[in-house]
Amino acid sequence: MLKERLQSNNYGFFAKIKAVDYFLILIVILIGLLSIFAIYSTEGGKFSYYTKNHLIRLLMFFGLFLLLSFVRISFWHKNAYLFYVLCTGLLISVIFFGMTASGSKRWINLYFLNLQPSELMKIAIIVCFARYYHRVQTYDFQSYKFLLQPVILLTIPCYLVIQQPDLGTSILIAGSGIAIIWLAGLNIKYFIYSGLLLIVSLPFLISILKPYQKSRILTFFNPDRDPLGAGYQIIQSKIAIGSGGLSGKGFLKGTQSYLEFLPEKHTDFIFTLFSEEFGFIGSIILLILYMLLIYRIIRIGFLNKSFFSRLYCFGFASAFFLYVFVNVSMVLGLLPIVGAPLPIMSYGGSSMLSIMLGLSIVMSCKIYNEEQMS
Amino acid sequence: MLNRKTNTEKHRLITRRVFILAAAKIVIFAGISSRLFNLQISDKEKYEILSDKNRLREWKTPPERGFIIDYFNKQLASNQRVYQLHLVLDEVKNFDTTIFKIKNIINLNKQNLKEIYKNKNKLKPWDTLVVADNLSWDQFSKLNLFLHEIEGAKPVLSSSRYYPYSNDTVHIVGYVGDASVEDLSKKAIKENFVPGLKVGKYGIENSKEELLIGKYGIKRYEVNASGKRISQVDYLKETQGKEVKLTVDIEIQSYANELLKGKTGSICVMDIYTGEIIAMASSPTYDPNKFTHGISIKDWNEIKNNPFKPLINKSVAGLYSPGSTFKLLVALAALEYGVIDPNKPILCKGHKHPYELYGVKYHCWKKHGHGYMKLRNAIKQSCDIYFYETARILGVDKLSIIANRYGLGSKVLNGTFDDEKKGLVPTTKWKKNVLEKSWYLGETVINGIGQGYIQTTPLQLSLMTAQIANGGFKINPHIIYDESINYNFVIAEINKKMFKGKNYLKDTKYDFYERLYRNKNNINFIKDAMFGSTNEKFGTSFKSRHKETKYKFAGKTGTSQVRKITDEQRKLDLDTSQIEYKNRDHALFVAFAPFESPRYSISVIIEHGGSGSKMAAPIANKIIKKTIDRHELREKINKEILKLA
Repeated sequence: MLKERLQSNNYGFFAKIKAVDYFLILIVILIGLLSIFAIYSTEGGKFSYYTKNHLIRLLMFFGLFLLLSFVRISFWHKNAYLFYVLCTGLLISVIFFGMTASGSKRWINLYFLNLQPSELMKIAIIVCFARYYHRVQTYDFQSYKFLLQPVILLTIPCYLVIQQPDLGTSILIAGSGIAIIWLAGLNIKYFIYSGLLLIVSLPFLISILKPYQKSRILTFFNPDRDPLGAGYQIIQSKIAIGSGGLSGKGFLKGTQSYLEFLPEKHTDFIFTLFSEEFGFIGSIILLILYMLLIYRIIRIGFLNKSFFSRLYCFGFASAFFLYVFVNVSMVLGLLPIVGAPLPIMSYGGSSMLSIMLGLSIVMSCKIYNEEQMS
Repeated sequence: MLNRKTNTEKHRLITRRVFILAAAKIVIFAGISSRLFNLQISDKEKYEILSDKNRLREWKTPPERGFIIDYFNKQLASNQRVYQLHLVLDEVKNFDTTIFKIKNIINLNKQNLKEIYKNKNKLKPWDTLVVADNLSWDQFSKLNLFLHEIEGAKPVLSSSRYYPYSNDTVHIVGYVGDASVEDLSKKAIKENFVPGLKVGKYGIENSKEELLIGKYGIKRYEVNASGKRISQVDYLKETQGKEVKLTVDIEIQSYANELLKGKTGSICVMDIYTGEIIAMASSPTYDPNKFTHGISIKDWNEIKNNPFKPLINKSVAGLYSPGSTFKLLVALAALEYGVIDPNKPILCKGHKHPYELYGVKYHCWKKHGHGYMKLRNAIKQSCDIYFYETARILGVDKLSIIANRYGLGSKVLNGTFDDEKKGLVPTTKWKKNVLEKSWYLGETVINGIGQGYIQTTPLQLSLMTAQIANGGFKINPHIIYDESINYNFVIAEINKKMFKGKNYLKDTKYDFYERLYRNKNNINFIKDAMFGSTNEKFGTSFKSRHKETKYKFAGKTGTSQVRKITDEQRKLDLDTSQIEYKNRDHALFVAFAPFESPRYSISVIIEHGGSGSKMAAPIANKIIKKTIDRHELREKINKEILKLA
């Protein structure tokens, strides 16, 4: 045991470099490049504000990702709860010191970056749960204590985020949390129970939704209900994607976005713009890149010996899939518009930061895959 | 230390669940891909159309209106370059200040401003507002100096309707104006309407709208989400409306207007074989150019309140008792029905011994009487007594048959003029049905001299004369040149045969002329009597005759009373100038010329002009000379067209 430990503490520099998953980095670079093209296109082919900022952030956070990859995985294990508490603290501070933009209070001004703590929370919840279940024994799962604790851990940030209000992020946090609970091995019957409970309480949940959220959900079921109001975004998004066809309208030639029919084209609807300009082929390639990335993360999970690392990798892969799936389904009109960015592609510092942070922990798992945690 | 057994169990569980989750992910991925396929491949066309609908917006551009030309291809209605000021609304930051600036530069008045604000409210925010549609060169050049100060202002060179012969043609050609709600319900206008397009309001402009209007052009622009134009993608040029050629000779038309200057009335000139209307003047008249850019209230009131009613086209919408001109038809009807012997004399003894019927007295116009009159003389000298008696024998119903046959009582140019009247040829049946009273014989008697219920338009009288002059054949009067009927051929044949003394109408080749008479000699009798009326001593229009054979014409005067003459007034025997204007008689004259080989018929009516022989006949004399002088030129055109054919 001691010997193992000594070994694990003394990874050689070249061994670490060698252990890096270069294929994963390549995919990240590829998606990053596509994102620069897409953002460049949103500005009508001008290298100005958004493109510049996006490029800087991409480079900066990509560097951060590489750097943090070499942080020992045991560090994350040790500080998982601290990370969670920190993020919760930030979420609470948003209530007091937060910046308000377009009706919601989500950001903290850090001068160089408007930090969105809810984005960091997306990672923190995974790390925290991985740590939590690392310790718990399978037979403990059935006890109320171990059933209740994670629910509380999940409810606090979700509640805080939903109050901002930010339904999209809160769904993503909740979704990724539930995915980890599932992965950790909670009995399937609890999921069925809570699913039934959700359906029963649906009318009550709808009643506490904000009017604009309600109208979004109604609009999702029938976008023509209000084609110039709530249904506008989804109708225009579908038109843009549909008119792209097999090979797209061509780079910088997406009329829907160029002529400003597309709302939020930098952030939530970046996939729409990409799809309009690069068509079915381009969209499928992008989706395959995402799938490869997820596959790669799961593969790293299997390489790991510790339960924490495994759970983290699988959890992050599921969360990552959830981000992509929710965003793409949203712009394709398969889900209501809830406001969820597309990882790496969307413009936005906090989202980029959280994804890169998440990836760096995955990479750390890869490099330190032999590490055991008690 | 962890229990090794549970640990492996945990690892096994997580592995299994990862695989389940991975399978779910693949299913979802497939779902998203198929959705993408559905949108981008299956429904591609639908979304492409929607995308184009989004990004492309069309602006319709007004076409140029078709020209209206006369027989000699002179433009009666043309288009003129005008300077306009347009305002692109989405480029204007503050509408009020912009309009204020413009107001100071081109001096808009309050009425203009009101109009501008009214028009602006009808437009969409990305539309273009026409601030001024007819700027003078001074205003336009001044505006160009200050243009950089007014955002959104665009100086535009456009075209608008112009009538070179203004007053002379208004009753035929009509005028244009902004489309009303009523206009927009018409098919031709509804299909081709573009904001700012002027449409025909009267006359040919109105009735031939579908030819004149043309087809709008389309400018297709790429626009952004807020409707702002980004670039022009497509431009379908507008097509000018078709040319409408009239049978009118503007020289004669203008001359007729000149002759009518200062008088109220009408002159019509018609080709007796082709039915082409050569001139159709109505007086007083007004300037159609004033309507093109919206007439001012002052000008409009001036026209509307004029007691001589310039807005009424008197040639087709003015109703007059035909007076003695109607005697031609009374005589013809009597001959055709064989109710009288033209050689049997009737005595006219003057005012002391008037014609009497059931105690009611009917006077001749001549104070001392005509003496013994046979039919020819009675027409020539227009003896009333003779026609009282003839009408009584004939009866009103037989008379009405002949009158209707020769063109009275129905519209001459059906559909060309909205306000054309069909007049009235009374019958016993008509009176019973409409007035619900029975007919009195006395009404027949006065009908014999064209008084009473009978009402005709000047154009009907010229048609009547034409159909007598051409030997009693039905013609098809028209004012729009009809190239589908080869009249030129007919005319060439007419000219060939006429001077050989043959009557071409006997030739079966021309059987598209419907015969109106029963006996040819009756028509010739009337024509001969008309000749006498103008060219023999004691004829009513003898003083207005032409001595040259070329211009010699045959006519019939008419003086139609506008009120009943009492015995006292008859005793006073006042001169026309001594009678109050509104009580003066209408002066009428119908004629055909030249007598030797008739070609044209005319009718002249001067409202309250006094007697037909003093007032109308001299005008007829002049217009006939002019028409015959222009005859050769007209024939030359005919021959040219014939050659082309």
